[in-house]
Amino acid sequence: MNMLEVNGLRVSYGGIQAVRGISFHVSEGEMVALIGANGAGKSSTLRALARLLEPAGGNVRYRGKELLQVPPHALVTEGIALVPEGRGVFPRMTTLENLYMGAYARNDRAAVARDLEHVLGLFPRLKERAQQVAGTLSGGEQQMLAIGRALMSKPRLLLLDEPSMGLAPIMVQKIFEVIRTVASEGMTILLVEQNAKLALEVSQRGYVMESGEITVTDESTRLLADPKVRAAYLGE
Amino acid sequence: MDTLLQQLINGLTLGAVYALVALGYTMVYGIIGLINFAHGEVVMIGTMVAFTVIVSLAGSGMPPLLILGIGLLVAVVACMVLGWGLERVAYRPLRHAPRLTPLITAIGMSIVLQNIAMIIWGRNYITFPPMIDKQIYEFAGASFTNVQVAIVVLAALVMIGLTYLVQRTRMGMAMRATAQNQHVALLMGVDIDRVIAMAFIIGSALGALAGCMVGSYYEIAHYQMGFMLGLKAFTAAVLGGIGNMAGAMAGGLLLGIIEALGAGYIGDLTGNFLGSHYQDIFAFMVLIVVLMFRPSGLFGERTGDRA
Repeated sequence: MNMLEVNGLRVSYGGIQAVRGISFHVSEGEMVALIGANGAGKSSTLRALARLLEPAGGNVRYRGKELLQVPPHALVTEGIALVPEGRGVFPRMTTLENLYMGAYARNDRAAVARDLEHVLGLFPRLKERAQQVAGTLSGGEQQMLAIGRALMSKPRLLLLDEPSMGLAPIMVQKIFEVIRTVASEGMTILLVEQNAKLALEVSQRGYVMESGEITVTDESTRLLADPKVRAAYLGE
Repeated sequence: MDTLLQQLINGLTLGAVYALVALGYTMVYGIIGLINFAHGEVVMIGTMVAFTVIVSLAGSGMPPLLILGIGLLVAVVACMVLGWGLERVAYRPLRHAPRLTPLITAIGMSIVLQNIAMIIWGRNYITFPPMIDKQIYEFAGASFTNVQVAIVVLAALVMIGLTYLVQRTRMGMAMRATAQNQHVALLMGVDIDRVIAMAFIIGSALGALAGCMVGSYYEIAHYQMGFMLGLKAFTAAVLGGIGNMAGAMAGGLLLGIIEALGAGYIGDLTGNFLGSHYQDIFAFMVLIVVLMFRPSGLFGERTGDRA
């Protein structure tokens, strides 16, 4: 069953079309990668889904509902969580406060406390940094916090925007281990990544974006083997 | 020595009022980056509304403190509605406009409110009826009144309550999150429009309280009183670091004390060439010095924090 179905989505900045009517879907429980070069429109697509940008056209069906009709601040209650590019932690709040902000829209306190334990189990580093102000965390720790915060909203669909960006390789590895774990627990994930190899290794299916359009789509293992994809995005 | 203590007491009273008004500037600035220059006028309207309520109840035979309480309550509610309305009518449509546009609108709203007040309450000074039976206490050569004690105690209680609200409640979390990163706060499910409205409403309530304090302290009110008071409270907010609530509280108290000490000693310092009626220059000297040497204020946050 398709959890998310995007049809003809368009995003414009001023007169420039960043996303030119793309269509794709994400099924329940699967991880889908959206790869492509810098400026291909991947992040714009995610930001439009999370409504940080108002789409210029198209429609988005999510669990049978027309998503563009839902007011932006209500998306999180619908089960959609975005981990934004650049992490977007609240710099003057502590790690713990940031995590509680993730659960802002929830009112099931007991379940929130359980989810907090779960998140701190996924990221033991965050437990060590619990009382530290988030602005003073390292880039990798902030990325953990941003993912942990998104998980605190108990999402059905997790949107990850460039989680590897600007991180040391060892940290990238750690982050992707957790992403794998979260996926194995049944989370539906739409992953935007410049690091195509990494993204295709963890995902089941992939879409390749070029200049605002989807040019190739296939199972991730086959994209990894595709000579054209290898030449263009895997640096071979 | 007795001058020093006396001026410290006076400065503390004045500073408590500045701090309450400065909080209104700083809360709005922290969340939407707007200097709401109409805030001083909100304070003035608060004083005027309290004045009208108190005068019309004066002959009712109710106990004076109850009348003052009702006046205060009506003023607070009126200003909350006014603050909400200002945001809704004047600022919200300009949310995505260049920064200068809402700033100029704020100055415009300030003029509009002043003129409305002039039409309703006239252009003359009006006497704010004293509802507290004034008592004077002596302490180490300095004197202070029960009105001053009430102002300082009430302001302290309100600031403690506000700190609790911002640090511990869900609404406070939402306000802090919105101030730090509005887009991400939206992702967390924070209704940004509501948070912004709340900043105006809370700030205006504090302003109304401050207005009633000023009225009770000086026993006088005027439709232009919000202008100078607003500028000074704005200075206090800048002194503390605009956008920072603890800064607004500290900046208010500090400015009140600087001003009172300045007024107390200016005659001695200038060989009586300048008298205490020059006290207004100190606030603006402070503003200039802060802007020159530490524009982010005492508790200032690095501007890079704003996304």
